[in-house]
Amino acid sequence: MIHMENVVKTYKVARRNAGAKAAFRALFRREYELIRALSGISFTIEDGEMVALLGPNGAGKSTTIKILSGILYPDSGRVECNGFVPYKDRMRYTREIGVVFGQRSQLFWDVPVADSFELLRDIYDIPEADFRKNEAELTELLQLQEILRTPARQLSLGQRMRCEIAGSLLHSPKILFLDEPTIGLDAVSKLALRQFVKNLNEEKKTTVILTTHDMQDVEALSKRVIMIGKGKLLLDGTIDDIRKEGESLDESLVEFYEGIDGMTGKEEEQP
Amino acid sequence: MKKYLSFFRLRLQMGMQYRAAAFAGMATQFFWGFMLIFAYHAFYESNPSAFPMEFSALVSYIWLQQAFLALFITWRFDNDILAMISDGGLAYELARPVSLYRMWFAKNLAMRLSEAALRFAPVLLVAILLPKPWGLSLPKSPLHFLLFLITMVLGLLLTIAFLMIVYGLTTRMLTSYGIRIFLSSVMEFLSGQVIPLPFFPDRIRTVLEFLPSAGMQNVPLRIYSGDLTGEAMIRAILLQLVWLSVFAAAGKLLLKSAEKRAVLQGG
Repeated sequence: MIHMENVVKTYKVARRNAGAKAAFRALFRREYELIRALSGISFTIEDGEMVALLGPNGAGKSTTIKILSGILYPDSGRVECNGFVPYKDRMRYTREIGVVFGQRSQLFWDVPVADSFELLRDIYDIPEADFRKNEAELTELLQLQEILRTPARQLSLGQRMRCEIAGSLLHSPKILFLDEPTIGLDAVSKLALRQFVKNLNEEKKTTVILTTHDMQDVEALSKRVIMIGKGKLLLDGTIDDIRKEGESLDESLVEFYEGIDGMTGKEEEQP
Repeated sequence: MKKYLSFFRLRLQMGMQYRAAAFAGMATQFFWGFMLIFAYHAFYESNPSAFPMEFSALVSYIWLQQAFLALFITWRFDNDILAMISDGGLAYELARPVSLYRMWFAKNLAMRLSEAALRFAPVLLVAILLPKPWGLSLPKSPLHFLLFLITMVLGLLLTIAFLMIVYGLTTRMLTSYGIRIFLSSVMEFLSGQVIPLPFFPDRIRTVLEFLPSAGMQNVPLRIYSGDLTGEAMIRAILLQLVWLSVFAAAGKLLLKSAEKRAVLQGG
């Protein structure tokens, strides 16, 4: 079970006006601005659920995922995942989760993917038999036979993403975090990836938490949708709470954002 | 421990792939070694009595320095780690059950060993075959050779422990280029990479020999030829151990706090 209660997170960002004069002044006096990424988020996710975190850029989705995966410390609030406080029990907790960030790679760039997998085996202390079994299974399901011996740098994005997903599942995690997993993928890869994640959730009962901007991902994958905007929880419901007759989901989503004060047109990129 | 070993192995395998860099490095080191030796020779000729080391000891120092350059240079950082810190890839490291300190230590150690492994043998071989006084002499005694090997390991660990502190500081800054260049250059100068420590004026040298920088290449390279021996040698080795533990503790502390307050850059 994943439980977040009243979680607040702020970032400190250096700010100055444009121009040489301001730059010079900033040498002596830095001005910082506190940006509130999360201002009191609460939700609970049960084991085996599949949940999509939605929201415009800079809404706080990535911050939420990072707090849940033990990477960031919240300023205040309570977080508990499978009996752990993620950021405090990082070393033990991270054994139980898999993380894929669409815009990052966890594979070693210069060596064949299979070598990266063996490194992951040692990092997670996966028993050899389990490792072989999982690797074979994932290779089969994600069609990695051809690419396991290729260095990660020479893979296409779609191939790489399949390897990333496989890499994050080698240790049979109970929770899988996917941060924009379909970003930049072609239609074939997207469909394959969605199908794979859906099966994983249904068959292995892995809890899946994903963020995405692709409404088709959400439609295909998750019954439950948690929407975050400006660091606040806007909606905890289903895709049908957003959908309107005769409109595309994207259009409905924009309308939904517009219905909430100051949501559109003022997106702020946050670190 | 196994995971860090496996990191080490993978990084070592990776490092052994870069043959062209190894050839280029070797060529530079030969050229540089000769240049230094000729320059010092000119000083020596003009006044042998003012020379603070035996000429043969200096020549050995320089050839060993060139052969094992990759182990001790203070400005060789792991670009993957620097990139990771500045673009937020650090998140991936933290999302796995690994300690940043151990993993990065293993990576740096492997990088340096693989680079040195590809370079040292040819340089040493040629240096030994060179006629006197231009070549590498044999070690002063078997004991000195053994201590040379031991202190070289300590010196390498100390060098990496220093790098770890710099990585730790890097995680606290948006841009770290300045502090990195500054610290590396100061360390390089104080460690005897530019000029061996015996060539510094006596008073300054006495201070320098107490600093952590003296424990990097200075100790092993001077023990080899017997330039550092007896009580001074024992004191130098003890200092290596002391500084190694101080640096390791400081680096661990810095990275521990980095794990806690990681501001992950770039989304």
